[in-house]
Amino acid sequence: MMKKTTKNSMGVKRRVTNVFVHLFLTVMAAIWVFPVFWVVLTSFSGQIGSYVSSFLPKTYTLDNYKKLFTETAILNFPLMFKNTLIIAVFTCIISTFFVLSVSYCMSRLRFKVRKPFLNIALILTLFPGFMSMIAVYYILKVLGLSEGAMIRVALILVYSGGSGLGFYIAKGFFDTIPKALDEAALLDGATKWKVYTKITIPLSKPIIVYTILTSFLSPWLDFIFAKVICRANASTYTVSIGLWKMLEKEYINDWFTSFAAGAVCVSIPIAALFIYMQRYYVEGLSGGVKG
Amino acid sequence: MSIKNKKIKSKENTDFYSPYTMKNAITKGDIFTKIAMLVMGFGNVARKQIGKGIFFLFFEVAYILFMIKSGIYNLSMLPSLGGTAQEKVWSEAKGIFIYTVGDNSLLLLLYGMATILLTVGFLVIWVESVKSAYKAQCNVTEGVHNNNLIEDLTSLFDENLHKLLLAGPLTGILAFTVIPLIFMISMAFTNYSKDGDHLILFNWVGLQNFIKVLNFNDSIGQTFWSVLGWTLIWAVFATGLNYIMGMILAIIINRRDTRGKSFWRFCFVLSIAIPQFVSLLIMRTMLQPNGAVNVLLKSMGVIQDSLPFLTDATWARVTVIVVNLWVGIPFTMLQVTGILQNIPVELYESAKVDGANAAVTFFRITLPYMLFVTTPYVITQFTNNVNNFNVIYLLSGGNPTPVGSTAGKTDLLVTWLYKLTVDQQYYDIGAVIGIFTFIVLAVFSLLAYRSTGSYKNEEEFQ
Repeated sequence: MMKKTTKNSMGVKRRVTNVFVHLFLTVMAAIWVFPVFWVVLTSFSGQIGSYVSSFLPKTYTLDNYKKLFTETAILNFPLMFKNTLIIAVFTCIISTFFVLSVSYCMSRLRFKVRKPFLNIALILTLFPGFMSMIAVYYILKVLGLSEGAMIRVALILVYSGGSGLGFYIAKGFFDTIPKALDEAALLDGATKWKVYTKITIPLSKPIIVYTILTSFLSPWLDFIFAKVICRANASTYTVSIGLWKMLEKEYINDWFTSFAAGAVCVSIPIAALFIYMQRYYVEGLSGGVKG
Repeated sequence: MSIKNKKIKSKENTDFYSPYTMKNAITKGDIFTKIAMLVMGFGNVARKQIGKGIFFLFFEVAYILFMIKSGIYNLSMLPSLGGTAQEKVWSEAKGIFIYTVGDNSLLLLLYGMATILLTVGFLVIWVESVKSAYKAQCNVTEGVHNNNLIEDLTSLFDENLHKLLLAGPLTGILAFTVIPLIFMISMAFTNYSKDGDHLILFNWVGLQNFIKVLNFNDSIGQTFWSVLGWTLIWAVFATGLNYIMGMILAIIINRRDTRGKSFWRFCFVLSIAIPQFVSLLIMRTMLQPNGAVNVLLKSMGVIQDSLPFLTDATWARVTVIVVNLWVGIPFTMLQVTGILQNIPVELYESAKVDGANAAVTFFRITLPYMLFVTTPYVITQFTNNVNNFNVIYLLSGGNPTPVGSTAGKTDLLVTWLYKLTVDQQYYDIGAVIGIFTFIVLAVFSLLAYRSTGSYKNEEEFQ
């Protein structure tokens, strides 16, 4: 008899805790989903302007999306999208090559300047990233890359140029591939290049996918470098500057709901890529060859 | 541990021991090697490494031509940074005003720096060429075959693979990270700012800017100390709260009795998947005096007047920290979930037997274990937060800004640096701020990094 009551009270206590925990999670999840939900609703809102009188839009329409893609006279969103896509593709190719090369050298090859390089790389990453921005801008100007269409080339160079410093995650992955594989291949007379291209790369799919996706995403996510380099050249704006512009004082009244539409358009593909990438990131962290 | 470490280090040094050093080349080199010190590549050509020799010679000729054409002028202008201003002169012949070409200190500084770097690069190649000449000499006396050009090139795919693979990335890092950084650092020692009209012509001023920034009595100095204080408060709170709350969230979601784990996880991960600048701009709009949050609270009858989320200094500081929690907690949750599951179950069971409640278990078992494992992650987060440009710039823009000040109440060192350079053109002070930011970060993280196991025993698991 005694035993049963304690068991019951334990069960009740547990149930109370469970209800409490689920309530807590619901509130937290609501806070996290709320802004997302709100921006999706706003993108369909029939009212123009950012100063809303009610939380939920009163009328719904698709005009905001239509405006975003057809009214190109002031803020040319389709062009910005195209710019960012071009920049992203080239950045992705160059950065992926740079990151994988540096990571492989740091992980697998032993040479005199390896340790100094690791230390210097660590120090360089401690400087605020855009501290050198002004200097980069002048260097690009001297090279003749600061005007017109060449700004796209400049942005590609800026995004991919320093990417060799971001080798830590890929290096960590390469470190987990057993060295015995390399040694066996070297004994069979393979060159180190062969080992790199025929053994290491094929075994590293998760980290390669991860590197490709992160470098593809960086031009979409960056705001500050693009702003400093593009300045007033509206024809080379990327989507992030475009969206930021829409919230400037002179545009916000006409463009606020289109900003929401643009945010949705940009976020959906990026979110999809990100969730896809997450799987490879986790796999990449957990190492290469298992068992 | 440290002894073992030293052993590894010295082993790595002896692995790269080579008899072909500069010192040996000078003391034991024959006449061809000696000539190669003046005419690069001569020693190689003399030993039938014609391709390599011409390669070295090409560099020497290119460097000398460059120095004659502009290098010497660039170096000569570096100490003064130019002094001739652009002037308007009446031209009698043409009957119009014409502009004389003035000096541009910024370009002179940039060209001067580039020339110095090219010279350093040339010296490196020069040393390599002398060593190579000496090696060729030794090989001939010892009767060892000297590689020809094709063999040298194929070695790039084997024992010299690192040279091939690193050439591109290193050039990129040099051009877009190292040179700009040196350039910016050198600006800290000039008076390049709109103050006193020094935007075109400026001079070296030594440590004057550093003294100004550190001086409590100067307006810039006062701003610096208050911004530094807020930056550290921000970094500690943003890192600490994110870490602890993200961990608690992960624990709650992973509890045995929690239903729909992947659903909850999805809700939180959704916010990471949205580009940060988008979600921050949305947040900023929602937190305006007439934004969605205030409208919602008013319509629910919770408040009468709008809350000053981003307009009052204290409110704004709390708001940016809270919004940063919104951004950061899901991230921490993802990062720590896996590690949490590795905590030995026995620890929890014995705690339960001893009658410890959830809070005691968390602070006595979970937190110490996690801190032990994730110290590098916490340090990285701390550095990222000191450098957290996006959250502050996009959310509050550093505002509210007191009248006449160059920095707002929520400005971090990095956003202040941005304002000083891009908006207000105080490049000299901006560069000093950048250097101080670096010092703050370096002191914190280098010490911590070096004490972590993953740095010391890098090769333990290979």
